[in-house]
Amino acid sequence: MMIPSPWRADFPALAALQRQDQTYLDNAATTQKPQALLDALAHYYANGAANVHRAQHLPGAHATQAFEDSRSKVAQWLNAGDCGQIIFTHGATSALNLLAYGLEHVFNPGDEIVISALEHHANLLPWQQLAHRRDLKLVILPLDADGLIDLEAATHLIGPRTRLLAVSQLSNVLGAWQPLPALLAMAKAHNALTVVDGAQGVVHGRHDVQALGCDFYVFSSHKLYGPDGLGAMFGRHEALEQLRPWQFGGEMVLDANYHDARFRPAPLGFEAGTPPISSVIGLGATLDYLAGLDQNAVSAHEAALHDYLLKGLEARNGIRLLGKPQLALASFVVEGVHNSDLAHLLTEQGIAVRAGHHCAMPLLKSFELAGAIRVSLALYNDSEDLERFFEALDQALELLR
Amino acid sequence: MTLPADAVMALDTFQKTASWEQRARLLMQWGDRLPALRDVDKVEANRVHGCESQVWLVGALQDGHWQFSASSDARLIRGLVALLLARVNGLSAAELQQVDLPDWFNQLGLSRQLSSSRSNGLNAVLQRMRELAH
Repeated sequence: MMIPSPWRADFPALAALQRQDQTYLDNAATTQKPQALLDALAHYYANGAANVHRAQHLPGAHATQAFEDSRSKVAQWLNAGDCGQIIFTHGATSALNLLAYGLEHVFNPGDEIVISALEHHANLLPWQQLAHRRDLKLVILPLDADGLIDLEAATHLIGPRTRLLAVSQLSNVLGAWQPLPALLAMAKAHNALTVVDGAQGVVHGRHDVQALGCDFYVFSSHKLYGPDGLGAMFGRHEALEQLRPWQFGGEMVLDANYHDARFRPAPLGFEAGTPPISSVIGLGATLDYLAGLDQNAVSAHEAALHDYLLKGLEARNGIRLLGKPQLALASFVVEGVHNSDLAHLLTEQGIAVRAGHHCAMPLLKSFELAGAIRVSLALYNDSEDLERFFEALDQALELLR
Repeated sequence: MTLPADAVMALDTFQKTASWEQRARLLMQWGDRLPALRDVDKVEANRVHGCESQVWLVGALQDGHWQFSASSDARLIRGLVALLLARVNGLSAAELQQVDLPDWFNQLGLSRQLSSSRSNGLNAVLQRMRELAH
């Protein structure tokens, strides 16, 4: 059965990678970019770059207009409505750090921050370090056998001391939707702030932050077919009122004196310094492109590819999947074969997959693994990509076993 | 500077390889021939960090000549390490300072193994060797 991608030609890098004999299956790390984004970047730089929110001149006004249009597009993409604001950051990591520093003052010693056992380091370390700074307790929600956050355990661990819950929507290692509605309801019942790490989740399907009801939702542009060096954070108005500026500098200030200053409210108060303007404009173009696709067709394509991937892995001997992946990716190890050896031989054959701990060391340690191979899919992948991967996998295993 | 005998043999075999399969088989053979590291040497202090696999490297000057031993739980990196030791074992301290290790892997047709260093860790092994030899 062939599964072609009708969108492959929209991404010029795919043909270039093919000419280099590379099969790109590391999309959970970063994605290739649509032509629409390349055009937007070229247009911006070819027609007059300018800084935003500062100058009175025409190029500045144009840049600011395009920049703010992108902010609206992100808000629409997440269906933020008028319940909150979009703040641009330098990535999901910097958005989570903004929260961990900007909310520091709401915590008192002994308060609890709840995360899960599957968090990416970006949604673990900022909270872990905040816990150290403020003498807080970091509570880790355990997973069930399928790799989902254990709700039964969560009911006992989320309680009156919980001040904040920060969880991933979709694990970058296990590829499973996490039970966010139930978890967020538990947190809200105890008046805790809620943070959703949407770095992986935002790439698959459309998500509605109003329906989700979280206080903050963060993602990175580069995983959503957008430019890198850019992240976005949705913050609900009431939650944003508790957030204090973290980084200080140009354009986030209302009034500055030598010895004191007053700062702007969200979003500009949290965007100190010149933002990644071209990337923001580029993300807007990417979102326009994505909004023009038939979302049901994209989801069906991704589901068919994922099914193809799982069936192919299951058909081979000695492959152990991590968790029970539902979409987007699959991480696995092979009995008796070192993951580093397998990665080495896949690389030799031009298969771009990820090997290692996937920035989730504690999770891998809980599986008693030093690493795993991860195959991650995007809307431009097709069954031929997976066939090339399987062929390379078979060749590698034949050599290694 | 004359090449150690093992290095001459390595050059001879690796320069003739045409395919990635052949290269992989040879690397595994070289790895299998690497003398086992004593368990007492497989300790944290000897571990090379920055590798996806576990790699241990120990080295000592004996009568003015370096003698390194190493091991890894992954077979291909063990092969790469064996090729490294083939080039450096028996060198004097001065000779070891002079040897261009990236160039050595380049001559073997394995320079790509260095550029993908973050996953296989060969660069980390080279770095550790430089620190030991310093």
